[in-house]
Amino acid sequence: VIAKLGMPKWGLNMREGALVAWLVEEGAELALGDEVAEVETEKINGVVESPGAGVLRRRVAQVGDVLPVGGLLGVLADPGVPDAEIDAFVAEFQATFVPEAEEEEAGPATETVTAGGRTTRYLRRGEGGQAVVLLHGFGGDLETWLFNQEALAGPGRSVYALDLPGHGGSSKDVGSGSLAELAAAIAGALDALGLDRVHLVGHSLGGAVAAELALGRPQRTASLALIASAGLGSEINGEYLHGFVEAESRRELKPVLELLFADPDVVTRDFVEDVLRTKRLDGVTEALQAIADSCFPEGTQAFALAERLAGIEVPVLVIWGADDRIVPPTHARAVAAGARVEVVGGAGHMPQMEAAHEVNRLLGEFLGAHGA
Amino acid sequence: MARKLTFLQAVNEALLQEMRRDPTVVVFGEDVVGGSGAGGEMDAWGGPMGATKGIHAEFPDRILDAPISESAFIGAAVGSAASGLRPVAELMFVDFMGVCFDQIFNQAAKLRYMFGGKARVPLVIRTTFGAGIRAAAQHSECLYPLFTHIPGLKVVIPSNPYDAKGLLVRAIRDDDPVIFFENKVLYAMEGDVPEDLYTIPFGEANVVRDGDDATVVALGRMVPMAEQAAEALAAEGIECEIVDPRTTSPLDEETIYESVERTGRLVVVDESNPRCSIASDVCALVAQNCFSDLRAAPRTVTAPHTPVPFSPVLEDAYVPSAERIADAVRAVVGAGAPA
Repeated sequence: VIAKLGMPKWGLNMREGALVAWLVEEGAELALGDEVAEVETEKINGVVESPGAGVLRRRVAQVGDVLPVGGLLGVLADPGVPDAEIDAFVAEFQATFVPEAEEEEAGPATETVTAGGRTTRYLRRGEGGQAVVLLHGFGGDLETWLFNQEALAGPGRSVYALDLPGHGGSSKDVGSGSLAELAAAIAGALDALGLDRVHLVGHSLGGAVAAELALGRPQRTASLALIASAGLGSEINGEYLHGFVEAESRRELKPVLELLFADPDVVTRDFVEDVLRTKRLDGVTEALQAIADSCFPEGTQAFALAERLAGIEVPVLVIWGADDRIVPPTHARAVAAGARVEVVGGAGHMPQMEAAHEVNRLLGEFLGAHGA
Repeated sequence: MARKLTFLQAVNEALLQEMRRDPTVVVFGEDVVGGSGAGGEMDAWGGPMGATKGIHAEFPDRILDAPISESAFIGAAVGSAASGLRPVAELMFVDFMGVCFDQIFNQAAKLRYMFGGKARVPLVIRTTFGAGIRAAAQHSECLYPLFTHIPGLKVVIPSNPYDAKGLLVRAIRDDDPVIFFENKVLYAMEGDVPEDLYTIPFGEANVVRDGDDATVVALGRMVPMAEQAAEALAAEGIECEIVDPRTTSPLDEETIYESVERTGRLVVVDESNPRCSIASDVCALVAQNCFSDLRAAPRTVTAPHTPVPFSPVLEDAYVPSAERIADAVRAVVGAGAPA
C-alpha cells in the first residue's frame, strides 16, 4: 500500500505551506500520528503527522519548498513495495495533481444557525455518529481548533466548532455577557442544530461555558473535556484580558498575544492581523468588554465551577499547558477525584495549538473511551 | 470563505452601509446621482467612476447632484457638517481642490479650534489622485502633502480594498474634516473585504511585510509597487520591511521609528512631487529621531518636480516604479546592481 503525505490544510484560509524541516529520515518507520515534518503557513507554524503506519520511502519536498494544500510532501509505503512503484506513484501524482482552484480553495465552509434571534456560526467536520462540540476561549473563534478539528473528525464522529456570542461570525450582542447567558446561547444553538447529546470540549472561557452547559443538562452531555479552562479557580491574568480588549494596533496587541504561548515566536504578523481584523468589526470590543466585566471583574474569575463539578455524573478530562501564563496550571487539579488530569509540557495557554499532536491524542482516546 | 471586492466596490459598500446605519450621512458631488452614460435615474452611473452607484435608488433624498462649482458644494458640505449632518462630498480630482481652499483650509479645518471646541465639522471629502490613466497634468496630481500640512485636517490614503472600507467608515464617523484619497489605478484592485462594518483607526500604520535589511515606507499605489520590489530584492537576499502609514495626518511615527531602529536603513516611496512631500517629511522625522540608528543616508523615490506629462511614455517614466524602488534599497544597503 502506498500512501501520500500531503500538505495539510490548517484553518479556513490556508492555501499553501512552506516546508521548514523534515523531522525524520527517509526510511524511518512511522506510526499513525508520528511527527514527520514542520510546516510554516502565513498564519502559524505546525507539525505534519503521519497519516498511517509505514516506512517514509520518499521525502519528495525539499526544505524551503512552498506547496499548495494537498501537494506532495512525501510517500509512505510498506518496506516490500519496489522503488519503481514508488517512483511511478510520485510521477503520476505530480502529473495529475491540480491544486484547489481559487474559487474552491475555501474547502470546508462555515454555516450559521439561528436560535432566539441570535446567529451562531459553526464549522462541521465528519459525518454521522456522536457529536463533539468545540468551544473556543475569550477573544478567539472557531479557528482556535485549526490543528484539532480535522484530526478529531471522522466517519462516525461529527465535530462542530462554534463561535461563542460576540466572537467570530456569531451575533455580537452578548447581553450582560454573563456565563449563564453565554451558555444559554450555545444551548439554543445546539438545540437548533438538533444535537441531543454531545461531547463538550471547551478551551479557557469556552471551558467554563462547556462546564456550565454540562451542569445544566448532564443527561445530554456524553463527556466534558476542559482545556486550560476558566471556572476552576479565582486567579486569571487580568493584564492579559485588559490588554486584549484595549489593544487597537499591532504594536499593542502582539506582546499581549505572546502571553498565550510558551514560545512567543508562534505569534506571526498574520496571526496578529487576523485577531485585529476581528476586533475592528462593529460591536466586538463592546462584546468583549461586557464579557470581561461580567465573567472576569478586576482580574478575577466571577464563577466557581470546580465544586459544582465534583458531583457530576459525566466523564471529565482536564488538559493544561505547563507554561500557562493566563490561567495557572494548578487549577487543573481543582476538579475532584474522578477527573483525568493531563498537564502538557512545552505549551502555554493554547496547548491545542502548541502541543496539538498530544492534545489530539488525549482527546481522541478520551472520546473513544466514552463512545464517540 | 473570505469575500473579494474591488477597491471601488469597497468604497461603495462603505458609503451605503454607513447611510443605512446613520440617517445624518448625506452625499454631495458632481454627477454622483446620474452622470456619464446613465439611462435615467434608476440606472444611475453613480459618479464619474461609479463609487456612488445605487445610493440614489435607496436614498433619493440624501444624495445631491451639485453644479460644477466646487467652491459652492464644498462650502455647503462644510456648513451642513457644522450644523448636524455628516456629509461625504465627492470632488472628482484633487487637482480641482484649489478653487475651494478657503472652505477647506480656512473654514472646515479651523472651526472647532476657533469656537473653542463648541463647533465640530464631521465632513469627509473623497477625491481621486495619481497618474497612470493618461489624464494629463490637471487630473493626475498627488496633492496629499498640501492637506497634511494643515492642522485640523485628517488625511487618509488607503492602499487596498480592505483598508479602503475600514478607513472610509472611520472617516465618516470622525468628528473632524477628513480628506480621503483614492488612487484611480487602484480602483480595480481586488482583495478580501468583510461584509460587516468595521473601522480601522487613524494613525495606525500597517506593516505589510517583515524584513530586517531596510525599511520602505510607501503610500497608496506605491505599496503594491514596493511589494513587487521587495519580492525581487528577496531573491537577492535583501529583506525589506514595508510600512504603509495609511494616514499621513495623524502619522504613526512610532511604527516607522521602531522599524528603522531595527533595519538602520530607510527608503520612502511617495508618488507626489519631491519638495515638501511625505517623503521629505518622513526623512526629516527619522533624521531627527533615529539619527543614531541610521547606517546609511535615507533615500526617497518620488515623481520629479514637474507637472504630470500627457505623453504615455513620459507619464510611465514619471511615476515611481518597482525597479526604481529596488535600486534605492540596493543603494541604502550598500549592494551593487544585480549581475
